[in-house]
Amino acid sequence: MASGVKPRVKVPKKVAAGDTITIKTLISHKMESGQRKDGDGNVIPRSIINRFTADFNGENVIDVTLEPAISTNPYFEFDAVVPESGDFKFTWYDDDGDVYEETKSITVS
Amino acid sequence: MELTRRKVLALAAGTTAFAALSGLPAFASLTDDAIAELTGGAKIGEGAVTITAPEIAENGNTVPIEVDAPGAVEVTLYADGNPVPNVATFKFGPLSASRSASTRIRLATTQNVVAVAKMEDGSFQMAKANVKVTIGGCGG
Repeated sequence: MASGVKPRVKVPKKVAAGDTITIKTLISHKMESGQRKDGDGNVIPRSIINRFTADFNGENVIDVTLEPAISTNPYFEFDAVVPESGDFKFTWYDDDGDVYEETKSITVS
Repeated sequence: MELTRRKVLALAAGTTAFAALSGLPAFASLTDDAIAELTGGAKIGEGAVTITAPEIAENGNTVPIEVDAPGAVEVTLYADGNPVPNVATFKFGPLSASRSASTRIRLATTQNVVAVAKMEDGSFQMAKANVKVTIGGCGG
């Protein structure tokens, strides 16, 4: 599924150096589990996002492996330390090979 | 295998829902197998990990789960009543502040959600939370 996938990320724009911030991410994706059947009794093939990563200036914050038991529109909330100004890079990996990316800049004041 | 109250209830109530899956082994043992595979049979402690889940989830399609594991490098979530017990694995990087994360998961039926954390010293810690599900989230 490559249509209608829209990542949304909430990151504060400004923080003090070394501060801990909470990041919320959500991506619209139907996360077809591979367990459901259609009207004719055929199994609907699995189609999910199987990996999500968050990095800050190339350093990893969190790396999540997703299984079909993650809900539609996968949502994650986690904490990160911000040592300097830079960019958060969020990446989602789809079963079909697609990669969705989102970048958020943050300024240390 | 011991026959717990949970399993007896599941057997009694699940004749219709589980009829199609009767060829599979009990789900709970699938979870035990998955955990054993992760830990390599190592002893699992309790107490260092906290799992926050609603006691009753009206809709099994989106159940908010929060796991907090100070000192963990990796946390894996399992749902022992789902057809596939694995839910997600969180690996914490060097810039992760608190070793905690929250997400939303699918639960097929009333069951335990288990979090197994691999700590910095290589030991394992776990926590369990029972969630009652009114409407299952597996489509079936």
